Amino acid sequence: MTTAAATTIKARQRPGDRIFSSATVIAGSLILAVLAAVAIFLLVESLPAFVAAPDEFSGDVTNFWSYVGPLVFGTIYSAILALLMAVPVAIGIALFISHFAPRRLAQGLGYLVDLLAAVPSVVFGLWGIGVLAPMVQPFYTTLVDWFGWFTLFEGPVSGTGRTIFTVSIVLAVMILPIITAICREIFLQTPLLHEEAALALGATRWEMIRMAVLPFGLPGIISASMLGLGRALGETMAVAMVLSPSPQVIFQLLTSQNSTTIAANIALNFPESHGVGVNILLATGLVLFVVTLLVNMLARVIINSRKAFSGAN
Amino acid sequence: MTSVMQATPLTNSLTAGKLPRRSPLWVLLASWAVSAAFFTMLFLSGAVDGFNIVGTVVFGTALYCVAIYVLSRLVEGSRKALDRLMTALVTAAFVIAMLPLVSIVYTTVVNGLPAFLTPTFFTESQRNVVGAGGGVLHAVMGTLMVTGVATLISVPIGLLASIYLVEYGRGKLARAITFFVDVMTGIPSIVAGLFAFALFALLFDDPGVRFGFGGSIALSVLMIPVVVRSSEEMLKLVPNELREAAFALGVPKWLTILKVVLPTSIAGIVTGVMLSIARVIGETAPLLIIAGFTSSMNYDLFSERMMTLPVFVYTQYANQGADAQAYVDRAWAGALTLILIVMLLNGLARLIAHWFSPKLGR
Repeated sequence: MTTAAATTIKARQRPGDRIFSSATVIAGSLILAVLAAVAIFLLVESLPAFVAAPDEFSGDVTNFWSYVGPLVFGTIYSAILALLMAVPVAIGIALFISHFAPRRLAQGLGYLVDLLAAVPSVVFGLWGIGVLAPMVQPFYTTLVDWFGWFTLFEGPVSGTGRTIFTVSIVLAVMILPIITAICREIFLQTPLLHEEAALALGATRWEMIRMAVLPFGLPGIISASMLGLGRALGETMAVAMVLSPSPQVIFQLLTSQNSTTIAANIALNFPESHGVGVNILLATGLVLFVVTLLVNMLARVIINSRKAFSGAN
Repeated sequence: MTSVMQATPLTNSLTAGKLPRRSPLWVLLASWAVSAAFFTMLFLSGAVDGFNIVGTVVFGTALYCVAIYVLSRLVEGSRKALDRLMTALVTAAFVIAMLPLVSIVYTTVVNGLPAFLTPTFFTESQRNVVGAGGGVLHAVMGTLMVTGVATLISVPIGLLASIYLVEYGRGKLARAITFFVDVMTGIPSIVAGLFAFALFALLFDDPGVRFGFGGSIALSVLMIPVVVRSSEEMLKLVPNELREAAFALGVPKWLTILKVVLPTSIAGIVTGVMLSIARVIGETAPLLIIAGFTSSMNYDLFSERMMTLPVFVYTQYANQGADAQAYVDRAWAGALTLILIVMLLNGLARLIAHWFSPKLGR
């Protein structure tokens, strides 16, 4: 360490620089503060719900946890069903846009899928109840007639089509764009040399995808699915409008009795509730917040760890 | 030379053992034809009422997948056959995803147009309206005001935060902000509404608090992370040479950012902001919670309930009064208005990005 190296030239600190840089720091920290505030205010407002008297709950429920239990089940059940439908289709779309469609069309087709993300959720709700539910109801009747012996398809069939299965279809359509977008990005990052090497060895296009693209993109597919899961868990209006709800744990897909979701339950009951009822709904919202936060954080950790070792970006 | 090759196509070793080039197209058309014939027979025999177009296309496409697989397996072998099958399935996945989009746009336009075209739809509110008539002026005004204020809150915070991340941020704080901004993009919209409600219920000590500004706060919570992400991407695109040139001329850092970095990336930032507006303008749940609903005009963000367009659609559908059809029509017309606004914002954003993006390689 010589003295010459120790005396580095420091830029003069101008007032403008100080003010501007601290403004950006404050704005950045504000975001963290907002996230913390969401958790804190929800927690404070939902405290009364955890100690609420048994007669404050509707139905024959006596405490908060048995009230929120079926709601958590319905939330996760419908989201998982939606995910099962959306992920294969989304991977297909992403592959189509990244590897199958003609180059010149690909970007335009990508915009088309993004347009699906631009449709407001309330419109999805209207469509689900006005178009989709009446359209799929005959199929449900057939399914129950033929496969009624199977637990999931047990009757009696819903006459309106407003079942958890319809809701899952709508949710699947709604989470398609985000899963597709991320899968597409990841698939496009596949090292070109891997793809060309596979093709040069005589692989067909599908073999090249199975050997080069899919293994490379697997972590991306997983995290994209989890982000989609997060969206499906929190989706409110489509579920609130389409589902005919019931406060129980029900596995059957096609009956008129369906477990409802936390978000839909809040949206339907919030305008009319008062007193401790509001606190109970806020507490269910807190549960939803914690669940989605965990799912999203896990997904982001996977994506971020991917960035570190892929070297593709 | 080419004519010689065309004259003896079957003896060419490069094309022998392969299906002709256009064969997938012909197989697809044949499958649809077979399927159409089958459904026509069902229709003519009186087993079903009406010709089933959806069934025709679905079964025809399924038939195509089987036919092309079998045909290709016979001629080209199992590997090529699997390739053709997967190509068909992947293309079908894309078409399947387009069906809801087409269906939504079509039904919204068809169901929404009648009420949309009534002369009072954009000039009146729903005050004292029972049955048909009235309009959405109160909802459109509410949406514009709530979203406008949300934009005014989100853009400065989001832009400054993204400047921090790109120009200043190093170390733990920057990493934490990046991570939690990503996480925040996944917050359910209804939780944002509940947060705004909990915040103002505690602040004003009013367990039934409802007002438009609360809706703006809720939308800001949803909007800020989107603005941060898109602005961050755009600021990262600004070449470092521009910053270094400014520093070399002795320009302070904050002026470099204000006069060099921001003007260079402004088109992308505006695009990102418009896309984020398009994302939150259709949010229903948070506004249902904190802004509530009403049938009258309300120009005051800070008192009383305020109607917004998505909530209007929901309440028209959920609370149908006498003459239910009028309410459903208005709901669809509201949905049409909403979709038009969102598409307009999206289109405008893409046009701005296209027109004003910095021309590289000047």
